[in-house]
Amino acid sequence: MSADRLLLTLSDSSDSSDGHSRIEILNTGGYRSDGRRQYELRTISIDLSPQGSGADGSASLTHGLTQVNVCVFGPREAKMRSQTYHDRANVNIEVAIAAFSASERRKRGRGDKRILELSQTLKSTFEPVIQTSLYPRSQIDIYIQVLQQDGGLLQACVNATTLALANAGIPTYDFVCAVTGGVHSTSPLLDLTLLEENDLPNVTVAVMPRSGKITLVSMETRLHVDRFEEIFRLAGEAGKVIHREMRKAVKDRTEQLVASMQSVGRPSTGADVGDNEY
Amino acid sequence: MDEDDEDFLETGGMKLTWPGESLTSSQDYMRGHGTYVDKEEVVASVSGLVERVNKLITVRAVRTRYNPEVGDLVVGRITEVQPRRWKVDGNSRQDAVLMLSSVNLPGGVQRRKLESDELQMRTFFEEGDLLVAEVQAFFGDGTMSLHTRSLSYGKLRNGQLVTVPPILVRRLKSHFISLPCGVDLILGLNGYIWVSKHVKENEREGEEAFDAEAVYSNQNDDIDDSTRMAISRVTNLIIILASRSIPLTDTILLDAYDWSLEQEGDVKDLLHEDASDALVTTILAKG
Repeated sequence: MSADRLLLTLSDSSDSSDGHSRIEILNTGGYRSDGRRQYELRTISIDLSPQGSGADGSASLTHGLTQVNVCVFGPREAKMRSQTYHDRANVNIEVAIAAFSASERRKRGRGDKRILELSQTLKSTFEPVIQTSLYPRSQIDIYIQVLQQDGGLLQACVNATTLALANAGIPTYDFVCAVTGGVHSTSPLLDLTLLEENDLPNVTVAVMPRSGKITLVSMETRLHVDRFEEIFRLAGEAGKVIHREMRKAVKDRTEQLVASMQSVGRPSTGADVGDNEY
Repeated sequence: MDEDDEDFLETGGMKLTWPGESLTSSQDYMRGHGTYVDKEEVVASVSGLVERVNKLITVRAVRTRYNPEVGDLVVGRITEVQPRRWKVDGNSRQDAVLMLSSVNLPGGVQRRKLESDELQMRTFFEEGDLLVAEVQAFFGDGTMSLHTRSLSYGKLRNGQLVTVPPILVRRLKSHFISLPCGVDLILGLNGYIWVSKHVKENEREGEEAFDAEAVYSNQNDDIDDSTRMAISRVTNLIIILASRSIPLTDTILLDAYDWSLEQEGDVKDLLHEDASDALVTTILAKG
């Protein structure tokens, strides 16, 4: 991007801010309010170690100050017979948002429309990615706990769920990597914080890096049609960057588990048929 | 993808993979478990070890639910009593089925099942009961069918259950292990492990004649303090080993038990981080 695109400040679009203090979304030096550049992503940290909940797979992921915890159970016997399918597994996603996760304390119940919508979005994102046809009549439960919110909630949920599924050994066609993109006047921004998310038109895109297919596009604000394509493409690119981080985390975890399993030699007594499992 | 993609296929070396990773061309190889075919390429769908048998490529996941095979020994818990069958949670992708016709009933090992047996199914197994059984067959949808038609199978008592990832339980000649500390172990291939008080061979119920009263009893025997301590110790050791992803075998457990006896402090102190680390280091040094 040319340098002059960076030289835009909030003064151009102050009409979009709803009265709170004027913080420059993008200052004259081309930096955002948290010191990032336009296309810079926030720090990602991933923890795939089991969290003592007895889950088959779990993941804890942070994008900057947004933090979510995901636990995956299954495939297991479906609790409700009405929710089983004879040809595939049922994917059940439940999201819980901690009351203390946002700056203002707010309790959201299970029936909250916003949460139901979020879990429905996630369900339709992951149903085509998980190879559900391998597990007829079973159920895969995914429980998402949001611990901190600072923008990019959907993106964090998607990324953490992918990691938890991989960790649980549930077959998926690919990773799903999501990033939020926004536009400030005419300059696109990636991985928005809550502050930016509130002020800017934004769109969340989830991409499957192998095929480049898009599994999710979510937009809750108005975005100029001329700007859409650029942001959409940028978010897709950024998804691939996030994919590298996620792949590395899964690789490290897998290596660690395999190494410790092979660290102990074959026992002297008893074991003779350890190899014929397939 | 990597340039040396095909290397592992030739050398037989170890290769790790994760979802969405291309393994090889589907024209030369067949896809097995843990893979799918996309645009003439075999692609991994789980993270784990790539394995090859001739032209068949499979990926064995490092963590997954139990994949049953006929003849496997499993430990399970009754979840439901249905007409002529029990449903058993066996850590698999669906609950297993234990047919009334595949258990031993009072009054002779081999006899026809009567309607009265059907009516008193809860006197044999009730919801929540633990049992050890063998995988007998599969139904059309992949559900496993169990049987307890052996005197060594049946209801479990006098001990406690530990759950570990199924991959850590290797196939052994015998999954019934008696440790010299007076503790019996049943290593279910589904990752459920039963740790119980040792029962002497000749006192095992129904050794000569099948004694239904004893086999289906819900009453624990007297367990003295030292045995309780030993059971807890073995349980804690299994929990530690499993948390560090170390496969469980009789030799490893024995080494671990001997090591733990030399340690100061209580059985519960074993679970502290530093004690666990010390144990794992010792085991790895021996391995």
